[in-house]
Amino acid sequence: MPIPSPLRLLGLLTSSLLLAAALPAQEAIKVGEFASLTGKEAVFGQSSHKGTLLAAEEINAAGGLLGRKLELITEDNQSKQGESATAVKKLISRDKVIAILGEVASSRSLEAAPIAQKEKVPMISPSSTNPRVTEMGNYVFRVCFIDPFQGTVLAKFAKNTLKAKRAALLTSVSSAYSVGLAKFFREQFLADGGVIAVEQKFSEGDKDFKAQLTAVRAAGVDAIFVPGYYTEAALITKQARQLGLHVPIFGGDGWEAPALIELGGKAVEGVFYSTHYSPEIPTPEVQGFVQKFRARFGGETPDAMAALGYDSMLVLADAIRRAGTTNGPALRDALAATKDFHGITGKTTLNAQRNAEKAAVIITVKDGQFKFVETVEP
Amino acid sequence: MTEFLQQLLNGISLGAVFALIALGYTMVYGVLRFINFAHSDVFMVGAFGGYYLGRLVPEGTLWGGLLVLAGAMALCAGLGILIERLAYRPLRGAPTLNVLITAIGMSLLLQNLGQYLFGATPRAFPEVFPVTNYEVGGVYISSNQIVVIAVAGLLLLGLEYIVHRTKIGTAMRAVSLNPKAASLVGINNDVVISFTFGLGSALAAAGGILYALNYPSIDPLMGTLPGLKAFVAAVLGGIGNIPGAALGGLLIGIVETFVNGSQWSTYKDAIAFAVLIIILLFRPAGLLGRFSVEKV
Repeated sequence: MPIPSPLRLLGLLTSSLLLAAALPAQEAIKVGEFASLTGKEAVFGQSSHKGTLLAAEEINAAGGLLGRKLELITEDNQSKQGESATAVKKLISRDKVIAILGEVASSRSLEAAPIAQKEKVPMISPSSTNPRVTEMGNYVFRVCFIDPFQGTVLAKFAKNTLKAKRAALLTSVSSAYSVGLAKFFREQFLADGGVIAVEQKFSEGDKDFKAQLTAVRAAGVDAIFVPGYYTEAALITKQARQLGLHVPIFGGDGWEAPALIELGGKAVEGVFYSTHYSPEIPTPEVQGFVQKFRARFGGETPDAMAALGYDSMLVLADAIRRAGTTNGPALRDALAATKDFHGITGKTTLNAQRNAEKAAVIITVKDGQFKFVETVEP
Repeated sequence: MTEFLQQLLNGISLGAVFALIALGYTMVYGVLRFINFAHSDVFMVGAFGGYYLGRLVPEGTLWGGLLVLAGAMALCAGLGILIERLAYRPLRGAPTLNVLITAIGMSLLLQNLGQYLFGATPRAFPEVFPVTNYEVGGVYISSNQIVVIAVAGLLLLGLEYIVHRTKIGTAMRAVSLNPKAASLVGINNDVVISFTFGLGSALAAAGGILYALNYPSIDPLMGTLPGLKAFVAAVLGGIGNIPGAALGGLLIGIVETFVNGSQWSTYKDAIAFAVLIIILLFRPAGLLGRFSVEKV
């Protein structure tokens, strides 16, 4: 991902301004976005911003909202701590935006959320998965699912697709992500009549898992759930195969990294993990989105961040249409009532905690490549 | 029963690596009476040496694997001698505390240099030895585990031979017993000490490669925990005692594996160290160590 030149950034920003300038007399609906367009998370920020921008352009091309044009005002927080608060304050007080979109990183969403909450301006995070983000107040929403939610989806996947009855759990006790995922998986899997035959633990940074896997083998299971990150996942899978354990092994989106295949080699063939989205999903919506995105951004294939950025804008637009106004409290209520909204990343319903409940995508490894398997509804 | 045998096998192959590292600690202590904390980072350099050498030979051949092993051992022997010459020799005769702090500094230097040169992200260690899995009555053993146990066993026998049957080994034991008297009878202490560092570091390099073969993700901080466990193993067996270090390594590996496979896996490090404390309470000089009275 090349760091964009300031000129190109300026181009992106002004293109949205120009769109707004070519309007009929009525004032545009201003939507603020803060994103990490530069700095260490620029890869994520750029993707997300491009998705959001594409959605805004499409809405305007289709005639805007409530008979008015949409104006997207984007602020760059340079992936820096403290900048998001400044950016959001500026968007609300000076630009008078009616809603805030952002961020990918949970820490920066957490900076902005209290400000949006205080000013009663609805905020939608496209892809911050830390549960605390939406706990900041009732004006803060997100269009992605939170980390532990994948546990629920994976339990269904294990039961329905893998036909697993006895599962093993291998949890990293030193990671909140892993513990949360395991908890939700256990609850759902037991509720569906499955048995957790054995539960083993490890700590972040461990390399030897043979002892735990030997215990797993002795328990006789037909699937192993490893909520954790890609390094451990690769080592665990490799050692499991060496011990003659050939049952399916699966995990959450912490597995999503090319390093999984680099470290795991042939051993990780046939493992599964869940994530938000895949450009290979064969539905017309996703394929249409991939095409439009490629046409707009020079052949680039949209990743999960782009798809979620796109959906955040569409969910907001949908709420504005239903509310019939851009007034803060009314818009908030409309957002909270979002139900079965058809986005790129699946059918989105915002629950009482203002988190998205939606389908997850299952990916497998085949011939050293990540391949889409299926979509699992919650 | 199958589970027990499998865990025992897992434990022995883990313990064999700890034993190899523990030998380095114990030999240096035997000769110089100080703990070389940089030893665990020589172990890391050995694994990285294997990583780069592994690219030069075809993957999955026995001769290629042995070549990588020998190359990394030679490299680390050189590094060990260099560290001793540059950092420890100028401090010979200084209080032990100074040398100890230098050793910690050396360890940090190697770790950070490693992060600077190799990057902090874990890398996949190449499969330098041919890999096959065997099954004997429900117990699975991978060829890598066989390599680990065989290489560790051979190196131990080789070391035993060097220390007890060769001239330099006799000199090492003499320096360990009494450095002043040794130099009085014409032993060049510097040569003996360099040799000890070289030998210990070569064993650490072998340990690094064997460890990386079984757990093929290497990073510049990989030495810290195995190094600490090996240090414990050396103390457990009786520091300064070579068979004791090997025994201690195996013991720590087996205990850790059995705890890991049980419900208390989270406490595996705590239990390993508790074993150390209990054994030292009853045998303060370690399992095979002899308690010697300081004569004034």
